[in-house]
Amino acid sequence: MKRTLTLAFLALLLSLPLWMSSLYVLHILIMTGIFIIAAMSLNLLLGYTGQLSLGHVAFFGIGAYTSSLVSLGFDVHLLPDWRVALAPKPVWLGMLLGVLLAAGCGWVIGRIAFKVRGAYFVIVSVSFAEVVRLIALNWLELTQGPMALNNIPVLRLGIPDWFEFAFLRKPANYYLVLTVAILAYLLIQRLVHSRAGRAMVALRENEALAASVGIDVTRYLVLATFVSAGIAGAAGALYAHYVRIVDPEVFSFIYTVTMVIMVVTGGKGTLLGPIVGGLLFGLLPEILRAFGIPPEIQWVSYGVLMILVVSFLPAGIVPALAGWWQQRGDAAAQPAVAASSRPPQP
Amino acid sequence: MDQLLQHSLNALILGGTYALLGIGLTLIFGIMRVVNFTHGELYAFGAYMMYLWVMLAGINFYLALVLAVLLGVGLGALIELALLRRLRGADIDTTMLVMIGAWIALQNLEQFTWSGVAKSIRSPFPSAPLVLGPVSVSWNRLFVFAVASALIVATYALINRSKLGKAMRATFQDPETAALMGVDISRIHTATFALGSGLAAAAGALLGPVFVAYPTMGDLASLKAFAIVILGGLGSIPGATAGGFILAFMEELGAGYVSSGFRDGMGFMLIIAILLVKPTGLFARRERIG
Repeated sequence: MKRTLTLAFLALLLSLPLWMSSLYVLHILIMTGIFIIAAMSLNLLLGYTGQLSLGHVAFFGIGAYTSSLVSLGFDVHLLPDWRVALAPKPVWLGMLLGVLLAAGCGWVIGRIAFKVRGAYFVIVSVSFAEVVRLIALNWLELTQGPMALNNIPVLRLGIPDWFEFAFLRKPANYYLVLTVAILAYLLIQRLVHSRAGRAMVALRENEALAASVGIDVTRYLVLATFVSAGIAGAAGALYAHYVRIVDPEVFSFIYTVTMVIMVVTGGKGTLLGPIVGGLLFGLLPEILRAFGIPPEIQWVSYGVLMILVVSFLPAGIVPALAGWWQQRGDAAAQPAVAASSRPPQP
Repeated sequence: MDQLLQHSLNALILGGTYALLGIGLTLIFGIMRVVNFTHGELYAFGAYMMYLWVMLAGINFYLALVLAVLLGVGLGALIELALLRRLRGADIDTTMLVMIGAWIALQNLEQFTWSGVAKSIRSPFPSAPLVLGPVSVSWNRLFVFAVASALIVATYALINRSKLGKAMRATFQDPETAALMGVDISRIHTATFALGSGLAAAAGALLGPVFVAYPTMGDLASLKAFAIVILGGLGSIPGATAGGFILAFMEELGAGYVSSGFRDGMGFMLIIAILLVKPTGLFARRERIG
């Protein structure tokens, strides 16, 4: 049953551009997909290790800026007579470097921030994102600050001078985002079902106990931030080469909050949670807009919805649905990944 | 030298309002264990109330200030009763997420009500600055500093001298024992959140006429308040007071001598640096949480 549903969902996603001719809908789905990838990466930290990273947008932005800068090239003066210049490089290399730099920053933040936990970790991650935003805003020579990086090239794959495919049109970008999303999902699935993933859940549930049975706390937390930041960087790189303009606004706190809302509403610590939450919050603004509701009120309803979900459905939509599914007596249906890895909330 | 004196004076004056923000936030965290993301929105609320009463309703500036603070206290009490009361005992992440939801809702309500255009607020002070030898300071800022200092002293007196303050301190030290001794914890929580919110609204009402009021003004205020509280150690009132002044000095000197673009970044770099060296903050005696 679950298998059939999964296959049907995949078939729907794969065939969508074939029968959906509205480019506007495809655009919305591409942006939603990019945010779902980012939300999945946040879920690895928030849901599995239990660390609330409120600076997650920093990794997204670092991926976006790195990938754009490598593919556009730059020429900056680090010191008055020390110039660093880079000629434009292919986009795939930029994306790769974007992912690596984001993951590297995640590693560093993981190393330094996991000395501090709880409220302190939240504040360190927020501060980190804010510092990166201010650098993007003020280092005009590199980032052009509020003037933004324009004319970012699109991804081209193939062998130069022989065959090249440019990801210029919406259906192509749709499949690109879908591919990355599936890869990210599989990577996270493998990770959380591995020894490392079980160690992370053990840390979330009881850190002292986990450490006492010999789990290297810092190592697994740093691994989680490393992978999580890398995936967020990939989402940022996809965003940069799809939208083709990047400004310091990509570091806005509100994007982190969007990711957090997606994860918490969908169900943190479940593989499907960020996807359900992401679809909900990616498509909801469009539905609300269709009814002529102004954007401020949309955001107000986000906030209220978040309060309601945290208060009344603390585990999120996916675990609640899984529980309901089980209660229907369908023994064949596994209670999703959720219930097996997460004890019921008090 | 004159420049350094001027920067120091500016920092001292800015530090007063920063301390107000920090004390409010640290009280709420210390007593309620709530990371209050709505703090900056209360700050913005204070500024907008000044706009409402002074510019739209046209009432007296000083009366408007009192009204703005009282309304901030009221809004704080309302938030506590509506959202936090039923979450008492929930883990810190849950309340944090609820407060983030409340923050988004409040900020966008502000934007919806007042539009995105920045509002300036007229103050009754002469525009010519007061010149003291090599340095000068505007009358408005001097007034801000005087009121902020008075409020800080009043808060200290409330915490250390009054019966309510004694109950607050008891709750801070040991909620269970305080409850056993007959302290009404629910009432203390409401009072704490209302007091903290009132202080934030006061900071906003004081600085609104100096700068302008705009819907996202609360974001930076929240982040700076976090920086101040972390500097001083979560839950420490003297720490928050000192932290407010330290952050103001860092920002003024950083903006004056390093780069004005990174003025607001000073606090964040300071947070990261301090947490690396001394994770409990500079002045905390209690162990850290989490």
